[in-house]
Amino acid sequence: MRSVITVVSVTLVIAGAAAALFWLVRGRRGFGTPVERAAFAALHEASLAAPLLRDGLGPDSARKAARHLRALLAAPALAVVGDGELLAWDGVGRHHTAQAVAHTGDAIDAGRPWLVPADTIDCGDLECPVRAAVVVPLVVDGLVVGALTVYARQMSAGLVRAAGEVAHWVIAQLELAELDRSRTRMMEAELRALRAQISPHFVYNSLTAIASFVRTDPAQARELLLEFAELTRYSLRKHGEFSTLAEELRSVDRYLRLERARFGARLRVDLLIAPEVLPVAVPFLCLQPIVENAVRHGLGPKAAPGLITIRAEDAGAECRISVEDDGVGMDPEQVRLQLAGEAEGDSLGLGNVDERLRAVFGDEYGLVVETAPGAGTKISVRVPKYRNGVRAS
Amino acid sequence: MNPGHGLAALAVVLVATLAFGVYGLRLSRGTSDFYVASREISPLLNASAIGGEYLSAASFLGVAGLVMAYGVDMLAYPVGYTAGYLVLLLLVAAPLRRSGAYTLPDFAEERLGSLAVRRVAGVLVAVIAWLYLVPQLQGAGLTLQTVTGAPRWAGAVVVAAVVVGVAAAGGMRSVTLVQGFQFWLKLTAIAVPALFLVMAWRSAGAPALTGPDIPRFDRTTVVTLQDPVRFDVTQPVTVRVTGRLDGTPYTAGAVRLGDGGHTATAGTALTFPPGAAVPHRHGLAPASGARWADPLSGAGGRSHPLYALYSILLATLLGTMGLPHVLVRFYTNPDGRAARRTTLLVLVLLSGFYLLPTVYGALGRVLAPQLLLTGQTDTAVLVLPQLTQAGEGGRLLAALATAGAFAAFVSTASGLTVSVAGVVSQDLLRGSTRGFRWASLAAGIPPLVMATATHGLPVADAIGLAFAVAASSFCPLLVLGIWWRGLTDLGALLGLVAGGGLAAVAVVLTSVRGAGHGWSAALLAQPAAWTVPVAFTVMITVSLLTRHRLSPAAVDRVMLRMHLPEEVGSGGSALPPVRPPTAGRS
Repeated sequence: MRSVITVVSVTLVIAGAAAALFWLVRGRRGFGTPVERAAFAALHEASLAAPLLRDGLGPDSARKAARHLRALLAAPALAVVGDGELLAWDGVGRHHTAQAVAHTGDAIDAGRPWLVPADTIDCGDLECPVRAAVVVPLVVDGLVVGALTVYARQMSAGLVRAAGEVAHWVIAQLELAELDRSRTRMMEAELRALRAQISPHFVYNSLTAIASFVRTDPAQARELLLEFAELTRYSLRKHGEFSTLAEELRSVDRYLRLERARFGARLRVDLLIAPEVLPVAVPFLCLQPIVENAVRHGLGPKAAPGLITIRAEDAGAECRISVEDDGVGMDPEQVRLQLAGEAEGDSLGLGNVDERLRAVFGDEYGLVVETAPGAGTKISVRVPKYRNGVRAS
Repeated sequence: MNPGHGLAALAVVLVATLAFGVYGLRLSRGTSDFYVASREISPLLNASAIGGEYLSAASFLGVAGLVMAYGVDMLAYPVGYTAGYLVLLLLVAAPLRRSGAYTLPDFAEERLGSLAVRRVAGVLVAVIAWLYLVPQLQGAGLTLQTVTGAPRWAGAVVVAAVVVGVAAAGGMRSVTLVQGFQFWLKLTAIAVPALFLVMAWRSAGAPALTGPDIPRFDRTTVVTLQDPVRFDVTQPVTVRVTGRLDGTPYTAGAVRLGDGGHTATAGTALTFPPGAAVPHRHGLAPASGARWADPLSGAGGRSHPLYALYSILLATLLGTMGLPHVLVRFYTNPDGRAARRTTLLVLVLLSGFYLLPTVYGALGRVLAPQLLLTGQTDTAVLVLPQLTQAGEGGRLLAALATAGAFAAFVSTASGLTVSVAGVVSQDLLRGSTRGFRWASLAAGIPPLVMATATHGLPVADAIGLAFAVAASSFCPLLVLGIWWRGLTDLGALLGLVAGGGLAAVAVVLTSVRGAGHGWSAALLAQPAAWTVPVAFTVMITVSLLTRHRLSPAAVDRVMLRMHLPEEVGSGGSALPPVRPPTAGRS
């Protein structure tokens, strides 16, 4: 009996593993009519090439994409040329690679598809499958960034048409890549905007608080000034979109020490940090605006002493960070406006953090704000511990 | 054993774990510096936490059991478990920490930029963790059965429920403190009874452990069987039987056991006279003390001891780095220096701990030889304290050992469950919080089913198989990925599938067939010696054949990141920190 159960359970495990493997490499054959299958195959090749081209036109992306583009066209050879140099040659006839750039000259000058004269290709070998070529320039935003050359034994109207269509599709992908880049640039600009935005109130208040110590407690004043200098240095650093949670918390700690100099015993802070998550990469300056919000809107207007609790927990594949205050709370509608970036006044911080988190990790990783007037505020952030391309610098 | 004490010990461990899991512990409080939080994780605490998570049922119960049954060759397990950390430190720890990968699939994606490799690595993480969880749960079942007489599945269900519950409630908060505490609990639970054990052995006149004779009962001994047992008699003996022996029911009847095999049903009580040679469970060959203490003698009847020894060493040395729950511990070190000191302390702590199961294994042959008859040598750590210490003292010692055993199951199992749940939720369920809860169930249920449906292998052997799979899949991936620029995604993929797949097939066949004899059985029971080279060969060969898939720029980037020390690599040093002399500070 026991051995039967053993065999059954082991079989189940093997079946599970097999199913998982099948899911990984599931077959793509065996359905539809031949026409449908051809369409599927074409769409599949296109879908494989798309993400490569979305990185822009470079030797690496061109080399990988050329394979799929050639498969789409069923041509013996295909070349991708960019800005005066050959980026990729896929297929046969590699002895022609030296002339590949020269072939594209006329087409690029003309800015439209161009048939390469047979005599400029001929290598004397009658068996060579590379005897004719059509060149389509790749024009992105009115600028020629390169050309796509399709080689064949004989040029047919169908192949010329197909080459044109594929080139248009490539251009569309490159335009999307350009769009991606400008979106990144925009985010970087926004980050710079946030960085420049160490709030003037804070600078003023900190300096006043420090000034008040200069006579009574010079040592304390000196310490605070150094903290202030370090904080500014971190906030104004030029490079890097990401930082580690440890760095962020350190900067938050400096910020809080300066605030404590001002609020004195009115401000208490609790830190509960799981050491496992300290090296996690987070967007640069994503915590300080949240903590600043807690201090300014949560505790500032309140007479009684306030408590801010900052937690960072290890939760499986992600790290959970929350900032909680027992201050006066916020109007949920106001918070919604802030997160949507439509709020009046000087509290752009939360909306910006929310947007950057969503842009980096996806929409499900936005800020979560729990608040009501008089009930304090809790703002939570989830950050995946690892995400490809996200690295602290 | 008195069930009351054992259950109380079990309850204390489980409630403490649940309480830690739900409430967490405060690492830092008040207006103190943030650095206090990170400094509080001293290398010693961190090393204890690593030890706490690492010392599993295999270490706590299994090593003693295997040493008792099969002799000193089995010391390869504790040696390999400990030295595996050294290999991990030398080859993998620092570059992996710098790479920013938190899990093995993360590393695969980071290094090779391939989602397919990431998925295969995810599947392998789940397979290894399940293989590792099964013996933990079986150990829990065995322990609860030994302590209270409850059925085998009960202990497994209790541990699985606690572990999945804690994971689903949001993981164990402040894991480091909990695990660190559990290491010292385990050490105490195995060290204190060991002291009494040595005293009992001395007061019994220190009978020789390595004599020329096979184990014998030193006094009239009643052996009550909890499971049906088939055993072989080599020296005929007259015993008193209550129960069913060889198909015949007896009530306190004297029976002459002749040479050859006999079977007895569960619940049968056999009373042996003093001086009788201990019949051994079928498949376990009686060995003289001298042979038991002689390396590579094949004591206990295992074939090809030399091959097995090297295979075990290879699996444990190289498998440690591929265990899903070990990696994350390295992130608790504030810097590389602390990481090195931590690893040194881990080696010291583990070496100290592993001396003790050996004591149980050696003294068990003299003080509790009936375990060789019942075949439950895995329970030696639980049973010995009570056999040697009569009265309340013995019961308390046994309760302590039970607490240690459950600490071992719970700490290792929760680390593994969280790892698997993380991988499943991230790669299959798109990483939502609710997904993590479901993933915890997915991580806990399959091993529970496997644990209740099967129990054939000794606990430490079963865990050795999990190490073998890890050594033949993740070890090549990590070592080649970190130290060889030429590894391609396709090479890694096929290597993982070939090495991990072959090892997994060997594991499955071994657990279905049980231990056997001859080369085929030895190769399947300890597959690492051939699956590890296969995995390396496949990865290297396929990578060389698919060299065109490499993109030198991307490899450069990853390699630089992994191998450049943090102090150089962190760009923050462009402007040196300004910290004027501190003379004026009060």
